[in-house]
Amino acid sequence: MTKHFVYADNAATTPVSARVFEAMKPWLTEYYGNPSSLYRIGQQAKNAANHARTQVGRALNAAEPINEANDRKPGEIIFTGSGSQADNLAIRGFVEGPSNHGRKHIITSKIEHHAVLYTCEALEKEGWRVTYLDVDKLGRIDLAQLRAEISADTAIVSVMAANNEIGTIQDLRAISEIAHANGAVFHTDAVQAVGHMPIDVQAMGIDLLSLSAHKFRGPKGIGALYCRKGIVLKPSVFGGGQERGWASGTENVAGMVGLGTAIEDAVSSMDEKMSYVRRLTDRLTAGILKIPYTHFTGDPVHRLPGTASFVFEAIEGEGLILRLDACGICSSTGSACSTGSLDPSHVLMAIGLPHEIAHGSLRLTLGEQNTEQEVDYIIESVTKVVDGLRAMSPVWANGKPDLSAASNLRP
Amino acid sequence: MEYSEKVFDHFTNPRNVGELADANGVGEVGNAKCGDIMKIFLKVSDDGIIEDVKFKTFGCGAAIATSSMATEMVKGKSLEDALKLTNQAVADALDGLPPVKMHCSVLAEEALRSAIADYYRRIGKDPEAILGCSMDCAHCHETHEH
Repeated sequence: MTKHFVYADNAATTPVSARVFEAMKPWLTEYYGNPSSLYRIGQQAKNAANHARTQVGRALNAAEPINEANDRKPGEIIFTGSGSQADNLAIRGFVEGPSNHGRKHIITSKIEHHAVLYTCEALEKEGWRVTYLDVDKLGRIDLAQLRAEISADTAIVSVMAANNEIGTIQDLRAISEIAHANGAVFHTDAVQAVGHMPIDVQAMGIDLLSLSAHKFRGPKGIGALYCRKGIVLKPSVFGGGQERGWASGTENVAGMVGLGTAIEDAVSSMDEKMSYVRRLTDRLTAGILKIPYTHFTGDPVHRLPGTASFVFEAIEGEGLILRLDACGICSSTGSACSTGSLDPSHVLMAIGLPHEIAHGSLRLTLGEQNTEQEVDYIIESVTKVVDGLRAMSPVWANGKPDLSAASNLRP
Repeated sequence: MEYSEKVFDHFTNPRNVGELADANGVGEVGNAKCGDIMKIFLKVSDDGIIEDVKFKTFGCGAAIATSSMATEMVKGKSLEDALKLTNQAVADALDGLPPVKMHCSVLAEEALRSAIADYYRRIGKDPEAILGCSMDCAHCHETHEH
């Protein structure tokens, strides 16, 4: 067998680019000073961190000046250890912070990342009221339901920019308008979106935005929260007062430099890169959909350029992932068996897929480093693997699924 | 979650996949909603030896590997010996399963017992007297733990 290796799980993480890696190195080995120290390599590190902050702010079109060399002037970019930490800081930090004037209601959606969902569930146990908005079969939130649920008691509306499993993009501008009309702030978990679609926090009316470097060729372990000027959050970590005192801890300077470089690269050539990625994804989707009893999940139009997600009837996702791995292909699934829980992913459930079908899900996410040859190899391998698994499936007979037999087992 | 080399081997090259046209005992357990179904086909000789066995499985890597291993372990055995096969023995033969996947081995044991029960029923014997359970009640299909 020819040894292939195709990385098609770019929504899970991406490889650090050579330019990012080179930019980071000196801040680990040469200028390793603590930004809080007064001597030269400490101050150089502080300047590097602040330069990265400026790069992040510019990429999102945050208000200028994004950051002063004197960082006592509050900027809008808070570095965190991850996208999840940014989500936690945004939601809990806002509702428990001084900018929330006694409002006790939170609105989010059913397809959020667990960093948002579990934060909301924890707050619910602590007495907050939380509304989880439904989505349609394409994964778009119901704006009419948002209008109906929002009230003068709603503190924050948190809806992700683009979904990690199915790639559906939400109408951020419309959501923020509804939130603002009711005096609520708008947070978006843009971890999957930043670097893959244009984001303009001012034009889109975003008050709080979470992002993570490793989703766009930066390093792991560094994220950021955009927080509009004027909003004050309750700190998530107390300590030495770094990051406006909201996320204390000695700065991950190399990580910040990596994030700054990666976001600048991603945004500067976004149109070119993403139209290339989109072409690859369209080719992949067309090839995979030739497999019978296969369904595309998510919004075919309003979606991330690199995300293609499918469900195959009569097979189970974990087997699919392992067999594709044997072909050298990295991919992912929302099948329950991949996590050991009873239910398939909450996202696939929210878009209305029956359990039986949702177990056979496959997510392929492409990036700028993938090629057409790789896409063709993926199509060929997925076709072969699906055929192989169906051949041994008791719910597949005569070239079609036979799931009624399975449901007969139920009393 | 990590699978042993043996699990990978049986998942990648499963033994005894397919159906038996002349099966005289067929058992199916699990359901598609939970994400795993196992179907086992037995060809039992007149003197109670499992001459041939095949399976079809809808499920994860561990479900396919345990089906493969369980069928290997009972091929050529008497029904009495086959009934002694425990899920733990199947898991052990695969050099262990991750804890969250142990239910797959339970499913393999149940599928086998269900096929044996079907064989006894077909030859006019009451499977409940032999197995202590008819293996066809909804309870058996529902109780495997996830």
